[in-house]
Amino acid sequence: MSTNTERHPGETAPVEAPASSDSATPVRRRRRRVPEITYSVLVFLGLLVVWQVVVKVFDVSTILVPAPTAVADSLIDGFRDGSLVTHSLVTCKEILIGFGIAVGAALVSAVLITQFRAVERVLFPLLILTQTIPKVAMAPLLIVWFGIGVSSKVLTVALIAFFPLLINAVLGFRSAAHEQVEMLRSFGASRTQVMRHLQIPSALPHIFAGLEVAVILSVTGAVVAEFVGSSEGLGYLIQASNFTLDVARTFAVIVVLSAIGIALHAIVVQLGKWLVFWTATPTDTAGEV
Amino acid sequence: MPTSTDTDCVIRLDALSMVYPTKSGGTVQALDDVSLSVRAGEFISIVGPSGCGKSTLLRIIMGLSRQTSGQVTFGPSDDTHRNQLGMVFQQPLLLPWRTVRKNLLTSPDLHRARDAATHAKAEELLVMLGLEEFGDRYPNELSGGMQQRVGIGRALMHDPRILLMDEPFGALDAMTRDQMGLDLLKIWDQDRKTVLFVTHSIPEAVLLADRVVVMTPRPGRLADVVEVALPRPRRLENINTPEFGEIVLKIRKLLDSEHSAH
Repeated sequence: MSTNTERHPGETAPVEAPASSDSATPVRRRRRRVPEITYSVLVFLGLLVVWQVVVKVFDVSTILVPAPTAVADSLIDGFRDGSLVTHSLVTCKEILIGFGIAVGAALVSAVLITQFRAVERVLFPLLILTQTIPKVAMAPLLIVWFGIGVSSKVLTVALIAFFPLLINAVLGFRSAAHEQVEMLRSFGASRTQVMRHLQIPSALPHIFAGLEVAVILSVTGAVVAEFVGSSEGLGYLIQASNFTLDVARTFAVIVVLSAIGIALHAIVVQLGKWLVFWTATPTDTAGEV
Repeated sequence: MPTSTDTDCVIRLDALSMVYPTKSGGTVQALDDVSLSVRAGEFISIVGPSGCGKSTLLRIIMGLSRQTSGQVTFGPSDDTHRNQLGMVFQQPLLLPWRTVRKNLLTSPDLHRARDAATHAKAEELLVMLGLEEFGDRYPNELSGGMQQRVGIGRALMHDPRILLMDEPFGALDAMTRDQMGLDLLKIWDQDRKTVLFVTHSIPEAVLLADRVVVMTPRPGRLADVVEVALPRPRRLENINTPEFGEIVLKIRKLLDSEHSAH
C-alpha cells in the first residue's frame, strides 16, 4: 500500500491549541502578569474597609449592620463551638440528597421524553405547566406532608432543581444532528448504540449548563425550606439569629452559605470541564446566578 | 450504455421511484423510474442540480431510506450485505469527543470487533490518508479537508466492496477539493472498489468517473449515462484536454435541454 503523505498548504496547519502565551506581545504579557482576579479581590477588600469605617465612624447599631470584624468574630465563634459546622452539615446533606434526586429524576425523565413520543406528548406539556408553579410556594405544603425533618427539605431542593435540569437534558438529548444519527445508522448502529455513542455525549454540554443553574438553586431551596419550618440547618440558624437580634451571626451564616454555593458550583464547573473536554466554548449559561 | 452481464454487475437498480409526502398535504416525486447497472470496480459519478434526487438514490442504496417502488439488488449473487457498503457524507460528521484514531474505529466499536487487526487497519488508513501524525488529535484540531479524510477513512475501515459518497467534497474550498479528488483516485486505484460518487460539479464528476450518470430534477430522472473514456491515472491537467471539454459540454447540454423542456 503506497503512502500518501503529501498535503497541500491549505490544510497542513491544524488549529492551534488556545493562545500560546509565547505569541503574546511584550506589552500584553506585562499586563497579564497581574491576573484580573487580583483587582476583584482588591475591590472586595476595599469595600470591606469602607464598610468597617462607615460602621465605626457613624456608630451604626449592631442590630442593623454589624462591622465586618464583628461578622468575622461571629464566624470564628460559630466554628469554635461547632454550631456552624453541625448546621452546615445538615444543610449540605439536604442539598446533596435533594440535588442527587433531581439529577436522577431529570435524566431518566429526559431519556423517556426524548425516546418515546407517547411519553413526550402526555408528560411534557404537564411538566411545562407545573414549571410555572413557584416551587418555593410548595415548601409549606411539603412541611405539612413530610414533617419538619430532613425529608421535606430534600424534596423542596429536588423540586426546585428538577426543572432546569430536565429542560437542559431534553434539549441536550435532542441536540445531536440528524446527519450524525444517520452516519451511525449507516454503520449498523442500534438505537441504544446511537444513544450511547452519540446522544449522551452530545447532551453532556447542555446537562452541565443545567447542573450549574440547578446546584445554585438547590442551596436556595434548602434555606427557604428551613425558613418555613425546621429545627436545624443554616436556614434555621438565620431565623434563630434574627429572632435574638444577633445580626452578626446572620451575616456569618450568609457567608457560610455563599461559600457552600461557590464550592458546589466550582465542583460542577470543574467536573464539566473534565468531562466535556471537546467543546471550545465553556457552558456559561447562568453561571453567575 | 453497454449492457453488463449478470456476473460482474454489483448493484442493479430496477425502476426505482421515491415519493415524499409534503407538509402541505401534497407529494414530491424525488425519484422517477431510475434503472442502472453498476459493474464491479467501476467509478460512477452521479451529477445533477440540487433536488434531482441524487442523494435520495444513495440513501436508498445505503438503506437509510426506503423506496416507494422498484428494487435494489446486489450482485453477483446478492451476497452483498449492507455492511459491505461504506458511506461518506457531505459533512465529515466526526464524533468530536473521539480522537482521529477512535473515529476511524467507530464501526468496529459498534460491532464490538475492535482487535489487533482493526487497529492495524486503522494505522494503515492513517498513513494512506496522510494523517499518521494526527491519530491522537481531536477533530476540532483538524482542517476541513483533513476531517473529511477521516470521514473517508472511517467508511473504508470495514473494507466495504462499495463506497457511496454523497457530495463528500462539497463543503471544501476549491483547491482542497481538487486535491482530495485526486487523492481519492489514488486510494481507489489500490483495490478498485465500486464507487458511487454524487456531486453537482460536472468537471469533478468527469475527472473521477468511468461513467457519469446525469440526473434531472422534478421528478428525479436519469437523463443519460455518459461514458468517460479518458485514460487513467487521471491528472488535473486532464481538465484542459479537448476530450475532457467535449464530455463536460455534452453533460451540460443534457442538463440544459432537460431544464428548458420544463
